[in-house]
Amino acid sequence: MRKKNIFLSFIFMLVLSLALVGCNGSSDEETSEPGTDNDTDNGSENQEETPASTQTELVFGRGGDSTSLDPITTTEGETFKVTVNIFETLLNYGEQDTTLHPGLATEWTPSEDGLTYTLKLREGVKFHDGTDFNAEAVVFNFERWMNGDSDQFPYYTMFGGFKGDEGHVIKEVKAVDELTVEFTLTRPQAPFLKNLAMSPFGIASPTALETHGDKFRENPVGTGPFKFVEWKPNDRIVIEKNPEYWMEGYPKLETVIFRVIPENSARLNALTTGEIDLMDGVNPSDLGQIEGNADLQTIKRPSMNVGYLGLTATREPFDNKLVRQALNHAIDKEGIIAAFYGGLAEPAKNPMPPSLEGYNDEIEAYPYDLAKAKELLAEAGYPDGFEMELWAMPVPRPYMPDGMKVAEVIQSSFAEIGVKAEIVTYDWGTYLDKASKGEADAFLLGWTGDNGDADNFIYTLLDKDSIGSNNYSYYSNDELHDILIEAQTVTDPEQRNALYKQAQEIVHEDAPWVPLVHSTPLLAAKSSLAGLLPHPTGSDILTKVEFK
Amino acid sequence: MFSYTIRRILMVVPVLIGMTLVVFSIIRAIPGDPAQIILGQRATEEAIAALTAKLGLDQPWYIQYFEYIKGLLTGDLGESIRTNGPINEEIWPYLAATIELSIFAMIIAIIIGVNAGIISAWFQNSWFDYTAMVIALIGVSMPIFWLGLMEQWAFSINLGWLPTTGRENVRDPVSAITNLYLIDTLINGRMDQFVTVIKHLILPGIALATIPMAIIARITRSSMLEVMKSDFVRTARAKGVKMVWVVYKHSLKNAIIPVLTVIGLQTGLLLGGAILTETIFGWPGIGRYIFDAIGYRDYPVIQSGILIVATFFVFINLIVDLLYAVVDPRIKYN
Repeated sequence: MRKKNIFLSFIFMLVLSLALVGCNGSSDEETSEPGTDNDTDNGSENQEETPASTQTELVFGRGGDSTSLDPITTTEGETFKVTVNIFETLLNYGEQDTTLHPGLATEWTPSEDGLTYTLKLREGVKFHDGTDFNAEAVVFNFERWMNGDSDQFPYYTMFGGFKGDEGHVIKEVKAVDELTVEFTLTRPQAPFLKNLAMSPFGIASPTALETHGDKFRENPVGTGPFKFVEWKPNDRIVIEKNPEYWMEGYPKLETVIFRVIPENSARLNALTTGEIDLMDGVNPSDLGQIEGNADLQTIKRPSMNVGYLGLTATREPFDNKLVRQALNHAIDKEGIIAAFYGGLAEPAKNPMPPSLEGYNDEIEAYPYDLAKAKELLAEAGYPDGFEMELWAMPVPRPYMPDGMKVAEVIQSSFAEIGVKAEIVTYDWGTYLDKASKGEADAFLLGWTGDNGDADNFIYTLLDKDSIGSNNYSYYSNDELHDILIEAQTVTDPEQRNALYKQAQEIVHEDAPWVPLVHSTPLLAAKSSLAGLLPHPTGSDILTKVEFK
Repeated sequence: MFSYTIRRILMVVPVLIGMTLVVFSIIRAIPGDPAQIILGQRATEEAIAALTAKLGLDQPWYIQYFEYIKGLLTGDLGESIRTNGPINEEIWPYLAATIELSIFAMIIAIIIGVNAGIISAWFQNSWFDYTAMVIALIGVSMPIFWLGLMEQWAFSINLGWLPTTGRENVRDPVSAITNLYLIDTLINGRMDQFVTVIKHLILPGIALATIPMAIIARITRSSMLEVMKSDFVRTARAKGVKMVWVVYKHSLKNAIIPVLTVIGLQTGLLLGGAILTETIFGWPGIGRYIFDAIGYRDYPVIQSGILIVATFFVFINLIVDLLYAVVDPRIKYN
C-alpha cells in the first residue's frame, strides 16, 4: 500500500510539473508586454502613481543585508553598495576602472620624495546634517580611524597599521587651511592615493559622529548624493536624494531602496514582476531567461577578480613544483567557463586580472595537456599519481558561482592523470578557518580587488608575509618577497609595473595556484533603467542612474 | 484545573534551563572560529586574537555560560557579535514577521487540513478521499524550495496575481508600530495596505502551510474514522440526527484531541522551521535571522534566537495541554 502511495505521488508531481511548464510556455507567447500586463500590486500601484517614463524611485534587489552603515567598521561588500551613495571619499575611482579622479579633493600633489601629499578640498560642500565639509573634518575622520584598532576599523590596516604601530604609514594629517589638507607619511606607500579612494574611507560628519557615537553605524551622515532615511534589517535600506548635492543636476533619482532577497532565482522573479528594478548576483544559467525578455536588460560589471585552485605548498606532494605544474596542465579552464560561467569569464593565467596596471600579458598559460601533465608527474616521482583532498567552496561567489560543480570537473580531469581527488566541503566559516591554517591539500577560492592595485593581489595573496591571513597556499619565495616589498615603495609607475611583471613570472614558474578565471559579474535591470555603469569594485554610485 | 495549570507552568522552568545548556553546548561544538568569520577572508592573525578576547571567547565555557545566564535573568539577551546591536532591540521585528506568517499559515493549514480530513472520513473511499490523501502525501514530501519557486512562477510571473517576495510593497511602506503588519495597517486605517500585506502573505503562507496541512488532514481523517465507527455515532444516526450535525458536533469533538496535539507541534515547528520559506520569499523573519547568525557564528544571536523560539514551542504545547482539559473534561491530571 505504501509503495503504491509513493508511486501515485510521483505521477502526481510529474503531472503538476508538466502543467506548470505548459502554462508558462503558452503565456510567454501570449504576453507581449509582460511588464505592464503581469504587474503585481507593487508594480501596478507604482505605475499608476508614476508613469514609467518619469519613475524616480529605484528598488535595488540584492542577496544580503549590510552589517553596518559606517563603512570603515566592516569589510563586507554589501555594506559598501549602500555607503558609496551616502559617503564620498577624498579621491574617486574612474567610472568603470580604478584610475584616480577628483572626489572631495579636487587636486592632489605628492612631494618629490613621496612623503607628503597636499590635497585641495572641494568648496561649498555640506554634510547631510548641514555642517560644513572642510579640512578639519578630514583630519577628524583620519584621527578617529588611526586611534582605533583592526577590530573596529579593519580596512584601516591598508595604511600599515594604527597610530603607534611600527608599520603605520600615516605620520600626520594636518589642516593647512580651511580647504587644504596635508598628509605626512613615514615612508612612501605606492598605493596610498588608490587607498584613499576606497569606499571604507568615506568622510563622515564629525558632528554626527559625536552625536550618535556607537549608533553612527545606523545613522550615517556623509556628503554623498543620497541621504540615509531608514534601515529595516534584513529587509530594506532606504536613501533619498540629497537636494544640496554639489554636482549640479544630480542625482537623478529621488529615492533608492535596497531590498534583501537572498535567493538568486527568487530575486529574478521579483525583477520580472516589477517589484524590483535592478538586481545583482544573477546566476550565469539565468542569462538566457533575461535576454529573452524584452522588458529586461543585462549589465556587465568589469572584472576585477580571480578564482583559483590553491595548492598548499607545505603539504606533500604539493611541496614539489613539478606536481603543481602538472596539475596546472590538467585543468580545462575553457570547458569550466563554458559550463558554469555562461561564458562570462576569461581563463586566468596570472594571479591578478588583466585590467590592472602591471599585468604581465607575455606569460604563456600552462596549456590543457594531460600527456604533459602525466610526464611531469612521472618526473616528480609520481608516475601512478596520488590521492588528495580537493576542497570545494560551499557558497557562490562572483568568481565561483558553483564551487561543487567546478570541483567535480577538476576531479574528473585529475582522475585521467591518475590523481584521485576526494571532494571535501565545509560550511563557509569552517572552510576559511581550516584553509587559512593550511589544512587543505588543494582548495577553490578567489579574491575581488579592493583598490585596483597589483599589490592588493600579489602581495596580499602570495607573499610570505601574508601566510596565516590571505596566503592560504602557504607559498613562500624570498625573491618574490623582495620584489613585492620594493614595489610597495616605488612611486614611479613604470618601474613598479616592471617589478610586478617580474613577480608574475616567478609565480607562474612556481605555480602555487592553478589560476582559473577572471569572471564578469552580471546585473539585470528593467530595460528603462539608464546611466548605470557598474564599477569593478562591486559597489555602484547611483548618481547618474535614471529611468528613460 | 487551576492547580494543574500552575503546576504545568512551573514545569516549564527546568525545561527552559535545560534548553539553555543544550543550545549553549551545541553551538560551541560547531567548528569554525567566530572571530575569523566576522573579520572575513581579509583578517590578520592579531585582529582575530584581539576580537576573540574582546568577545570573551577565550574564557572557559562555564564562565561564558554563567555570564549568559546572568544576562538572561536580568532580561539581557546580549549583543550581536556581527552588528554590535543589543539583541533585545533587534529581535522583535524578525520575530513579529515570523509570528505573522506562521499564524497565517497555521490558519490556512487548520481550516483546509481539518475540513479535508473530516470530509475524507465522512466519504471514506470516495474519489474525494483518495484525491485528498494523495495530495496530502505530496504535500508532506514536497520540497519547500521547489514549491516556493513554482508558486512565484505560476501566481506572480504568469498570472500576475500576487507579489513574489517581501512583506509589503516597499514603494508604499507600512509604518511599523507593532511590526505585525496586518495590525499596523489597521491602526493606520489603511485598508489598501492591509490588502497588500495579505497578498504578500499568501504565497509564503501556502508554502509554509503545506506540510502541517497535510499532516493535520491525515490525522483528522484517521481520528474521525475511529470515532465514526463508535456506538454513539451509530445511535445518533439511528435516531435520525442530521449527518452534518453528527460529523461536526458529535464526532469532531471526540476526535479532536490527537488533532490538537499535531496542531500544537506543527505550530512550534513552523516558528523555527521557516528558514527555507523565508529565504525564498525574502521574508525578514526569525528563521533567517538565526540562520544568518549561524553562518557568522554569532553565538549570542543563535543562543537567544533558539531560546526564544523554543520558549514559544514550550508555551504552545502548554496551551495545547490545557486545551485538552477544556475539550474533554474526562481527562484528569494528577
